[in-house]
Amino acid sequence: MPSVCCYFQVHQPPRHRHFTFFDIDKGVAYEDEETNMQILKKVAEKCYLPANRIMLELIREYKKEFRIAFSITGVVLEQMQKINPDVLDSFKRLADTGCVEFLNETYYHSLASVYSIREFREQVELHKIRIRELFGQNPKTFRNTELVYNNDLARTVEKMRYKAILAEGADHVLGWRSPNHVYQPLGCKKIKLLLKNYRLSDDIAFRFSNRQWPEYPLTAEKYAHWIHQMNNGDVINLFMDYETFGEHQWKDTGIFDFLRAFPGEVLKHPDFRFQTPIEVVTENEPVAQLDIPNYISWADMERDLTAWIGNPMQTDAISVLYGMEKQVRRKKNAGVLDIWRRLQTSDHFYYMCTKWFADGDVHKYFNPYQSPYDAYINYMNILADFDHTLKGKGLYHGSR
Amino acid sequence: MRVLMFGWEFPPYISGGLGTACFGITEGLSRLGTEIVFVLPRQKGNIHESHVRLITANDVPLHEKSETDPFARAVTFRHVESDLIPYAGTGRARTVVMGGISAAGKSSHGTWDLSDDYGSDMLLDAARYGRTAGIIAKEETFDVIHGHDWMTVHAGLEARRFSGRPYIYHVHALEFDRSGENINRRVYEIERQGLESADHVISVSHYTKNMIIERYGINPEKITVVHNAVSRNEVCKRARGGKTTDHKTVLFLGRITFQKGPDYFIEAAARVLEKVPSAVFVMAGSGDMMPRMVERVARMKMGRQFHFTGFIKGEEVERIYAMSDLYVMPSVSEPFGITPLEAMLFDVPVIISKQSGVSEILNHALKVDFWDVNELSNKIIAVLTYPALVKEMTDRSREEIAKIQWNAAAEKIVSVYRRICG
Repeated sequence: MPSVCCYFQVHQPPRHRHFTFFDIDKGVAYEDEETNMQILKKVAEKCYLPANRIMLELIREYKKEFRIAFSITGVVLEQMQKINPDVLDSFKRLADTGCVEFLNETYYHSLASVYSIREFREQVELHKIRIRELFGQNPKTFRNTELVYNNDLARTVEKMRYKAILAEGADHVLGWRSPNHVYQPLGCKKIKLLLKNYRLSDDIAFRFSNRQWPEYPLTAEKYAHWIHQMNNGDVINLFMDYETFGEHQWKDTGIFDFLRAFPGEVLKHPDFRFQTPIEVVTENEPVAQLDIPNYISWADMERDLTAWIGNPMQTDAISVLYGMEKQVRRKKNAGVLDIWRRLQTSDHFYYMCTKWFADGDVHKYFNPYQSPYDAYINYMNILADFDHTLKGKGLYHGSR
Repeated sequence: MRVLMFGWEFPPYISGGLGTACFGITEGLSRLGTEIVFVLPRQKGNIHESHVRLITANDVPLHEKSETDPFARAVTFRHVESDLIPYAGTGRARTVVMGGISAAGKSSHGTWDLSDDYGSDMLLDAARYGRTAGIIAKEETFDVIHGHDWMTVHAGLEARRFSGRPYIYHVHALEFDRSGENINRRVYEIERQGLESADHVISVSHYTKNMIIERYGINPEKITVVHNAVSRNEVCKRARGGKTTDHKTVLFLGRITFQKGPDYFIEAAARVLEKVPSAVFVMAGSGDMMPRMVERVARMKMGRQFHFTGFIKGEEVERIYAMSDLYVMPSVSEPFGITPLEAMLFDVPVIISKQSGVSEILNHALKVDFWDVNELSNKIIAVLTYPALVKEMTDRSREEIAKIQWNAAAEKIVSVYRRICG
């Protein structure tokens, strides 16, 4: 009996204030609290609150046959607690239904898995504790930041006793294989791999309101029909940003109507049902091992790491940041550690991406900076300030 | 397509971007098979004129009295057809030079004194230039008239009156760019008259287009934006790699006038030197604000780190680009601004003001509001301090600049010609 597995990513990065070279050593805060508050309030109004309301109604309406999963980053959970406790409450009510699985990821939405395994484990642990506290669940499914994945990561995560891990169903790793099965990462014995069906996921996340798309307008009926056409598959994994609903696709595109009608249309076919990731891996055995030695992710056409670490600015910034780990730990100061970790949020590096800059697309939409160069300059000024804090230096004497 | 084009300067005798732009535009147009007769007000020395036929207006005989009465003018122009005629004011006899510039070239006496070219006599010069246009228009066959900036408005309108051909006014700068709010009313009136009367207007940027709409009340549909480009020459490659390693050099290059924002450059230099004491600042060019700027630098005691070169041209320009680590164009109001593109040809990263047309086409430049000295200083320091920033900017700029070609500009201009000529 094939299932539809929906997982929604909830995340808002901590945005930095405009930090010039002249702000270094002045004890200026890095984050723009005002902007962060405004953005969270806006996204809560447009997406989290209305979408959660609909999800709750749907779960009730379909008597628990509608089941979904969320991964909510630690940094956005903190913001919700501080700014929008009602949003947090609405997620808790969803947790109470027993139909919602909460996934585990790095607390700071970081790329620590690529740079420091110790740091990675600690951030995952922090996130696990927070999820348990807030939603009373012990996550058994892991999803890494931006679906960054390779064999080594799967092995690490298996050792951390997770039963499932998510990744992008990228063409270049799947080849002729289908993303609609459960796989086993190469070299693993227990953990199972779920792959995003990016065509069907992106039909909603990216193409839903695109009038140039031949399938526009997308109705739930049509979409369910595509799902029902799957033969020989075990699961269709629909992974996307939760902000798709109401924030990336605005309300007037009809996205909420689509969402309301979606479960009913899928369940019209008696062979289909909804399952959360952990339910899928519990019921299905892997059809094959999958060898993914190089990093993949769910970003851009390349589906690799180049959105965050693809140009000299990005690699410079991130290696300077992780190069500070020893010094940071030697401080044995929770505040300093937290500041360093908040600098790890992957979005900071995404803003420095020049790959698609000239073409103006999704990168520009998500970028609060006027250019990737501005993003890099701002970040490096902040890192210089943080570096001085670590070294206890009072004054900076220029580049020489 | 045959074009009668009116300009004011042409390389190598230029004092600003106008001559450079005219060279690039005509080069691009001729590559597309357009025939151009290019008219200049006067001519000294050899001109790079391989792709256009050049006529200099001061070789066109004309009677001073023809100014007021249109009929009298027509009479005077008829007079022109004889080969010898006293040149206005000089009493000397001159022949009409129609066969190119070689004859004019031989009679050259050194170079223009460029600082005088945009002096107080310009209104008079422009009017005189305009009067010769009618004569040239009668002698030449062409489909369209294309004039660059206000100095050629009289000429363009006069040529249209005599030929009945459509007139296109190509705006490279406006009085508001040059003078801020303290505009010269007479120049403004000429611009307004030109913009209103022209059959079509080409502006070098959206920035300028908006100014034409807002300040001159011109219908947006009459204006087409054609961004400038940059010409490559062999010297660029030769001059590359002249950078010193012991200090970083920050360059300002342009007329030292209100429009170019030299004072913001100096303020930023002072702030940067607080953090990067080894930096060296160079201000290349001359202009009416130069004495004040020299004084200011002296008063701020930055003389050791801040150099003025005076007016430079040709190879000197190339050498100074090549030895710079950063080019800054803090213009208060820059309709386009070709110099950042030139700097990019030398792998020099650039910071440009947002109040510039060129910022519309550059993605891999840093951009600041001209008045934001704090941010300008911050970005200068960043370029001097973070090598990865320079690497990415120059790598990407190389790709970007390769796509900025005069051919593309010329294609747009030709499509304007076609549309206007019906």
